[in-house]
Amino acid sequence: MLEYVLRFLAGGIAVSAFAVLGDLLRPKSFAGLFGAAPSIALATLFMTLEQKGAHYAALEGRSMIIGAIALGAYSWTVCLLLKKFMLSSLAATTAACAVWFAVAFGIFRLVGLQ
Amino acid sequence: MIVRLKLSAFRQTRWHEYAIRFGLGGAVTVTAGVIASAFGPVVGGLFLAFPSIFPASATMIEKHVRERMEKAGLNGSRRGKEVAALDATGAVLGSYGLAAFAVMIWALIEKAQLWAFVLASVTWIAVSALAWLLRRKL
Repeated sequence: MLEYVLRFLAGGIAVSAFAVLGDLLRPKSFAGLFGAAPSIALATLFMTLEQKGAHYAALEGRSMIIGAIALGAYSWTVCLLLKKFMLSSLAATTAACAVWFAVAFGIFRLVGLQ
Repeated sequence: MIVRLKLSAFRQTRWHEYAIRFGLGGAVTVTAGVIASAFGPVVGGLFLAFPSIFPASATMIEKHVRERMEKAGLNGSRRGKEVAALDATGAVLGSYGLAAFAVMIWALIEKAQLWAFVLASVTWIAVSALAWLLRRKL
């Protein structure tokens, strides 16, 4: 239970910190870099290293590469939905989650990670 | 300076918008941990790159731009979406840096734990910024 409370706090702080930095930076295209900041990874990997060891963390890092590719596809889809289809940001960011899952698990299956 | 800080942006953001981002970020982090516990690090690691910052930020950006333009008597709907799309473009570039971060963690964390985090973080910002600069030039 305590572990999850700590994860929640660490994740909330990390995400908020990068998000605030993104809010303050201009131009907006540069600020957008912080939308793909390693916030969850930084919040989680320290705890993972402590509790489960470096090899476990390395395996998570390896899979994270695929997750990052999926995040790129997700962000590109959001851009398309906003500019071409004029969806609201809420609708676009929600709908594009399907793309993240499809790309992440598609590559995961293709590569056959164990 | 091509990149600058706009401190007045603090005033536009309301406290509940900070709270939403904190809550979402915490929830995604806990979920990533639960998934890793249930399915192992190979599946759990995917979720370390789940979109956690961007959805709330994009929604906020669109809303703030729209509100600013409506105050000036203009319809800000289209402009709000355009600015959010710019942010999304930045996130695409940032994801290259995130992949590079992950590679560094995978390669280094078993050899030099603290340095792995430092080098991976430096790599993230360096690769992301370089991708952004190259896109500007092309």
